[in-house]
Amino acid sequence: MAEINLQIDGKKVVAQEGMTILEAARSIGVEIPTVCDHEKLLPYGACRVCTVEADANGKTSLVAACQQPAANGLVVRTRSEKVDRIRKVLLEQMLSHAPDAEQLVALAATYGADRDRFDKEASFCILCGLCVRYCAEIKQKHAVGFFERGSKREIAFIPEVAVRECWDCKECFPLCPTSALQAAYVLTEALMTPPEVDGPGSGHACAGHKCQCG
Amino acid sequence: MPQFTTPAELEAYRREVLSGRDSAKPCITLCSGSACHATGSNKVAAAIALEIEKQGVAAEVDFRRTGCHGFCEQGPIVVIYPQGVCYLKVQPEDIEEIITKSIKEQQVVERLIYADPNTGERTPLEEEIPFYKNQQRLILGSNLKIDPKNLDDYIAVGGFQALVKVLFEMTSEQVVDEVKSAKLRGRGGAGFPSGVKWDFARQAPGAQKYVVVNCDEGDPGAYMDRSVMEGNPFAVLEGLMIGAYAIGASEGYVYVRQEYPLAVENLAVALKKAAESGLLGTDILGSGFDFTVKVHRGAGAFICGEETSLLNSLEGKPGEPNARPPFPATKGLWGKPTNINNVETWANIPLIINKGAAAFSSIGTEGSKGTKIFSLVGKVNNTGLVEVPMGATLRDIIFKIGGGVPGGKKFKAVQTGGPSGGCLPESLLDTKVDFDELTKAGAMMGSGGMIVMDEDTCLVDIARYFLKFLSDESCGKCTPCREGIRQMLKILTNMTEGRGKEGDIELLQALAEATLGSSMCALGKTAPNPVLSTLTHFRDEYAAHIHNRKCPALSCKELIAYYIEPEKCKGCGACFRICPAAAIEGEKKQVHVVTQHKCTKCGGCLEACPAAFDAVRVLSGEPVPEPVAAEA
Repeated sequence: MAEINLQIDGKKVVAQEGMTILEAARSIGVEIPTVCDHEKLLPYGACRVCTVEADANGKTSLVAACQQPAANGLVVRTRSEKVDRIRKVLLEQMLSHAPDAEQLVALAATYGADRDRFDKEASFCILCGLCVRYCAEIKQKHAVGFFERGSKREIAFIPEVAVRECWDCKECFPLCPTSALQAAYVLTEALMTPPEVDGPGSGHACAGHKCQCG
Repeated sequence: MPQFTTPAELEAYRREVLSGRDSAKPCITLCSGSACHATGSNKVAAAIALEIEKQGVAAEVDFRRTGCHGFCEQGPIVVIYPQGVCYLKVQPEDIEEIITKSIKEQQVVERLIYADPNTGERTPLEEEIPFYKNQQRLILGSNLKIDPKNLDDYIAVGGFQALVKVLFEMTSEQVVDEVKSAKLRGRGGAGFPSGVKWDFARQAPGAQKYVVVNCDEGDPGAYMDRSVMEGNPFAVLEGLMIGAYAIGASEGYVYVRQEYPLAVENLAVALKKAAESGLLGTDILGSGFDFTVKVHRGAGAFICGEETSLLNSLEGKPGEPNARPPFPATKGLWGKPTNINNVETWANIPLIINKGAAAFSSIGTEGSKGTKIFSLVGKVNNTGLVEVPMGATLRDIIFKIGGGVPGGKKFKAVQTGGPSGGCLPESLLDTKVDFDELTKAGAMMGSGGMIVMDEDTCLVDIARYFLKFLSDESCGKCTPCREGIRQMLKILTNMTEGRGKEGDIELLQALAEATLGSSMCALGKTAPNPVLSTLTHFRDEYAAHIHNRKCPALSCKELIAYYIEPEKCKGCGACFRICPAAAIEGEKKQVHVVTQHKCTKCGGCLEACPAAFDAVRVLSGEPVPEPVAAEA
């Protein structure tokens, strides 16, 4: 593994090839805020809160620290005025969905984000994708996924898979930074529960898990 | 179908095709691109075939259905060669006269030739029509000469000679160097130097590499790539094969929109014919070079024009971008080195190889070489496709080629670069079309969309329109793009509906900074452009919407009112009769009054009011005067 020399917030860092800026920063104790990052999951780059300023080849650009590879000669600033302004707006956008999410509230204090700057949005979900990616990458079940695109994007459980896999798992629940996941799950469960009708095989509420009635 | 196993056979066949063609023999060509299809080109084609038979001139005249000529406003277009007499808006009933006069009697059908909308001057020859005269059609030019489904036509105009030259006279490195020194920049939007991109892919380690054609053209109102793919698929294929040879790929993909059925069809025919004649497959022309192409039809997501999203979509995954690096040149389709270029970029390649990098780079500006095709639409007399050398000014394109703004209206702005481009005002019309100049002016080249707007267009509403498009088309993966566009759209919608408030402009700027600065892909990074460019050049209009609830262009429905001036109204009842909402009251010979709460602001009364009276006015930002009962 080749060594890579870069600078983060004025400190020299020796990183290993293949490391991201985020990993290099952590290796010397420089904190870069993240929301969608998870140690067990591949970098995804959805929340963009880890955006930092990086100088390379005489050009300054804004990059997502969780995805941008550490490179020789890179000069990184994790807290420039511009970076802080952008993080503030990003946090405000997420707070419009989840105004009480602990992690967001804590970051809001650091960056001066106003949770009421934007009108409250209907969904709690900030689409960090932790549940979707955990289910796909770690559990390899793909029980929860993204649907629609743009501002209509949302997460949803796929009933046929969820009914088989989710009951004994629910490992994605604690990953959720906003508690949206429970809501989504409960909703799916509700949608999937047909009206109570007596008798085996008539599709009552226990469909799918360990009940042998079907 | 001919079989080619050596370059000599191809050349012999070309000579044979040419010797069988008499350049003095009249040839009727009919534009058969999508736009002319819409105006009835199929019926005209049937009429031509029938009439040729009826008049018994089959031996004296050829008939060819070609690709798009570009002057789509005037389609279907018939051009009679060798003279190049051009007939516009041709209908089936015109054919008899065209064949009688033009073919048999060598005369011109005056009523069907181009007439200047301002001077009335008539121009029979295509090349002298101002729309064409001021263009330089290096790419689109072939569209007029060939039937896109006919391999012979393409071979006759020198098709596949660039491929032969590359396969037998050049190393892959030399090809890349040639494209590099031609300074060709990608026509898809970002304008990255194509040769440099090719070199990355060429040098990337790996035995399996891919080349991809990006024909996922999605900008509203733009159809350059469609016309090239429909009109000259062989040229795109030849460019692609040259690229494949240069980077060391043996497989290619064409990602084409499902909504372009004719492009898909013509491409499929071209690929089939190329394969049958040995121009695709193994050991092409005995060179040892193998190449095959697959066509993938995109399902219509705008984001799939972004290269990493396109590659994901090709692999069967959702069309969402990946972070770059790694760039597709090192880790692209199925994780292999991949070179992806836009249709127009690929179509430029045979030209560069045939004419040489020096000839190519002699056209254009310092930073942008060659020509660029623009889709000129909106409030302009001659809508259509125009191809100009880089460095032409926006003014020349809009006024010399486009013929200016119709209806005596004043020019207000031109939007270049598609939904995430920018709007430039009159004062910047002398900006040259050049990747860097346009970016500097606050717009961008993009893939070549050019929308002209007149004085009746509200630029706040235009910004809202493009943000609405982008909010539907963002993939929604990253926060700044998804949420930023959502919030900007809300603010703009509020403004156009009279709910703008103090601080909105500053909030738009903060949102724009975050979206532009931290989005993952180019869609988000350019999404604020419509807002920022209109804020720069038309800030007064924003201020009027916010502070005075006024739309200066009198376009935003929530901010305008129709009012009948009592002193001008003659009580003729024209507005009364046309109003679909029964919002106009008044007896005959009495002053009419618009009942504001019933009015749907359709503007029917304004159009209906006789010009001699001119009694209907549109008000914005001022109270509607109380009605006064008065005799008309």
